[in-house]
Amino acid sequence: MKNRQTDKQLIKNIAITIIIFIIVESLLYGGLLSRQFRSLLIPVCINVILAVSLNLTTGFLGELTLGHAGFMSVGAYTGALVTLNMNLPMAIEFPVALFAGGIAAAIFGVIIGVPVLRLRGDYLAIVTLAFGEIIKSIINSMKITNGAMGLSGIELHANYKHFAYVFALTVITIFAIKNMVHSRQGRAVCAIRDNYIAAEAVGISVSRFKVMAFVVAAFFAGIAGVIYSHNVGTLKPTTFDYNKSIEILVIVVLGGMGSIRGSVIAAIILTVLPELLRSADEFRMLLYAIVLIVMMIFNSSQIKQRILSSEILSRLRRVKKEA
Amino acid sequence: MGILQNILEQVINGLRSGSIYALIALGYTMVYGIAKMINFAHGDIIMVGAYALYVGLAIFHLPAVGAVLLSIAICTILGVGIERIAYKPLRSAQPLAVLITAIGVSFLLQSLSLLIFGATPIPQASIVGFDGIKIGGISISGITIVTLIVTTICMASLTWFINKTKLGSAMRAVSEDKGAAELMGIDVNKTISLTFAIGSALAAIAGILYVCQYQSLKPTLGAMPGIKAFVAAVLGGIGSVPGAMLGGIILGLIESLSKAYISTELSDAIVFGILVLVLLIKPSGLLGKIRKEKV
Amino acid sequence: MKKVKKIMALGLAATLTFASMTGCSSKSDTNSGSNSDSGTASGTSDETFVIGGIGPLTGDAASYGISVKQGAEIAVKEINEAGGVKVGDKTMQLELKFEDDQATADKAVTAYNTLMDGGMNVLLGCVTTGSCLAVVDLAKEDNILMLTPSGSAAEITKNDNVFRLCFTDPLQGETMAEHMITDLHYKNIAVIYKNSDEYSTGVYEAFAAKVAELGGTITTAEAFADGEDFNTQLTSIKGTDAEAIFAPIYYNDAAHVVTQAADLSITLPFFGSDGWDGILDTVTDKATVEGATFLSPFFSGEETAADFVANYEKAYNTTPDQFAADGYDGVYVFKSALEQAKTTESADLISAMTQIKVDGLTGTGISFSATGEPQKAAKFIKIENGEYAAAK
Repeated sequence: MKNRQTDKQLIKNIAITIIIFIIVESLLYGGLLSRQFRSLLIPVCINVILAVSLNLTTGFLGELTLGHAGFMSVGAYTGALVTLNMNLPMAIEFPVALFAGGIAAAIFGVIIGVPVLRLRGDYLAIVTLAFGEIIKSIINSMKITNGAMGLSGIELHANYKHFAYVFALTVITIFAIKNMVHSRQGRAVCAIRDNYIAAEAVGISVSRFKVMAFVVAAFFAGIAGVIYSHNVGTLKPTTFDYNKSIEILVIVVLGGMGSIRGSVIAAIILTVLPELLRSADEFRMLLYAIVLIVMMIFNSSQIKQRILSSEILSRLRRVKKEA
Repeated sequence: MGILQNILEQVINGLRSGSIYALIALGYTMVYGIAKMINFAHGDIIMVGAYALYVGLAIFHLPAVGAVLLSIAICTILGVGIERIAYKPLRSAQPLAVLITAIGVSFLLQSLSLLIFGATPIPQASIVGFDGIKIGGISISGITIVTLIVTTICMASLTWFINKTKLGSAMRAVSEDKGAAELMGIDVNKTISLTFAIGSALAAIAGILYVCQYQSLKPTLGAMPGIKAFVAAVLGGIGSVPGAMLGGIILGLIESLSKAYISTELSDAIVFGILVLVLLIKPSGLLGKIRKEKV
Repeated sequence: MKKVKKIMALGLAATLTFASMTGCSSKSDTNSGSNSDSGTASGTSDETFVIGGIGPLTGDAASYGISVKQGAEIAVKEINEAGGVKVGDKTMQLELKFEDDQATADKAVTAYNTLMDGGMNVLLGCVTTGSCLAVVDLAKEDNILMLTPSGSAAEITKNDNVFRLCFTDPLQGETMAEHMITDLHYKNIAVIYKNSDEYSTGVYEAFAAKVAELGGTITTAEAFADGEDFNTQLTSIKGTDAEAIFAPIYYNDAAHVVTQAADLSITLPFFGSDGWDGILDTVTDKATVEGATFLSPFFSGEETAADFVANYEKAYNTTPDQFAADGYDGVYVFKSALEQAKTTESADLISAMTQIKVDGLTGTGISFSATGEPQKAAKFIKIENGEYAAAK
């Protein structure tokens, strides 16, 4: 019974994915998409990958990481250096760059994963922030990354012309993280979030799962970085600062912590909306700040519970059932 | 110019920035001790203090003392207000929610000042009147002397306040055990407000000293000093008042000497590296107490 | 409950895709011409010629973008009020569309595409180097004439459709090295530069190479990444036997440097790059910059600039800096290119660029080489009695 339901869900998800893909592709090749929206296709995918992967650590594991942009920059630089130095056809070069970028970021994930074993909450957040800053200043002072000048002339292996690949990567990320969350390990991760000491007492190996979640999140952030560098073609260390990490956090918070579907929708909204409201950009940061505060207070206050359990909603539900 | 003289001058540089870090770190450490949260917006209160001084001097044409008092008053009210509006509803919520709210408040203050004052740095002359002194070829600027004196006075009076007054004892009691303190008749809400008020007033003073030193204002000016002061608070042992002072001074010295003799490019990396090392080796810091988590 | 959520999510996704579809179909109608016929950006109305601009209007670098935009607006207004531009036998009005890129590469790419949707004919941009590098290849693909007012890295002009109005970083470094060593006979020079900034690093590297070539010595090169505290670096400089300090940085950082140098009783003369323009409004005590010399293409105290400065101050309430002058000159460069080419075809405009000579605020008789570089003389500006004055 249970299995059949999950199968049904899977089929539905795949169907939705394919439909979205066909719509976007036909818009793209039918020339119906304006250039502005065409240039947003890849950033939307990048933000979806970043948000979904951050959701794994912040939403499911319940540990705030403020260095997600740091992982992204490691992936972006590694991937860019691979393509700049390989000069092979894209079919070989780009997968290698993706893999290298992801692995490099994952290695940094392990390095951060170790302090994670000893730290929680506030301290961990600050350590991840510190790691992000350290990565930035190291990239800034290295010869191979060309320091402050950054890298340019990276081949555009991931621009809108290659939307199909990027879309596939995005879908793979979502499914991989979704599966991870629903797996045995994933339920363990949630248990850690809800009660650390209890989880440990029942025999869940807290450390292993925590590190694993960090490594997986870092890996996908690295992948997003590789796509970024091959979409824009230039890289500068200052792009991946604290503000970038916060931007991803805002997406996760708006979409709802622990909800993958929420992250995807919020990533689309928060990428497209600022473009539509270009002239009001000064207010973007203000809006982000308000989103963070209001969502948090709303989530933990009684208002939400009251709305969810209110008369109106239950009446609505009843009406729907009858219909 | 001897090398020794150069080292001495770098040490003075370190002491000056270190004493400002210490002032800011006190705010972090007191709030953490009592409310068990990192007030991410603390660095931005420095920024508000700096802009308030500017508004007082350049727009209302107040005398220097008036502008300083205005700045301290605005920050104190702001600090208490933030606690009441943003943090109090979350007192029983998950730490993650509180932390994200604090980040939101920090962003809110920054973007508001960006909207009001713009991104272009605003010049503001120092209110410190007298020139520096020279001791045997080493010159010490006026602002350095003022900074050292002001921070020493602040730290001494805070230590006296916490250890010798009734309100100070209440603060210590709340930080030790909130529940027990409440049972003993201490008004916990009032004590938390008081902590935020003192921390924010110290941040305002740090902001004023900052303006006098660097003589220019921008909306993000509080971010870096804020984060570094947090590192100082952790280094000294978060929750410990003497620890914050010690941590601030040590961090200032490390930063100045590593910039001078190791690498300016990597000095930030070194500062954050210290944070990571301290947390891994001795998470309770130099003077902090070890806390056990209970079920 | 779950179903409700799902339906809502689907609905949202649907409305979003719908919004994007409608948003674009209405736009793509008006400028399908510029998309399809490869390169020639004509096809829009004959009467208006659209100058696109890209630069930071928000964020840390906002002041540069805003200056370029305002300077260009003044020029467009002047030209339109004087009757427009004569292109062949037609007279055209100019229109400026300026998009914000927050000085980031990815925003610059969307800004560029948004401008192309809006029927851009030529691009005045980008303001910052990083954005330029992200856009140059796109502009080449569309064969759009691109003129950067202030992007100074050497590789920006690698494509034949890209021209530059400002000096390159290496040129500035070399000019200053020659001035300090050959003209002023300094031997030992200390440098303070921002290593997280490509402009500062670029000028410094060329300066160091030229100083070595001319037989001078760099006593110490102090770098900084960010922040306002330069006491450590200045104390280190104080410990060397430098006779002068070269600081190729922007004016807001330079203001901190000179203020703190005065606090540390450093009396060495300062030399700066063109980023120093505007420093007098940023320092609180003008005595700290007295005697400093910097390179600038534009000097607001000059007679030829008087009208522009007056108009600018009237419109925006501040004194124009060199970015504003670059924006202003950029529009006039397009005007002469249009007059020379007698058509709005991109290819003709690009080939006209090397034939024109423009008298602007940032130089008289500015011409462009085929490699995209401007030919104009650098001005040395010295601060005397708290005012900018032309040096030499």
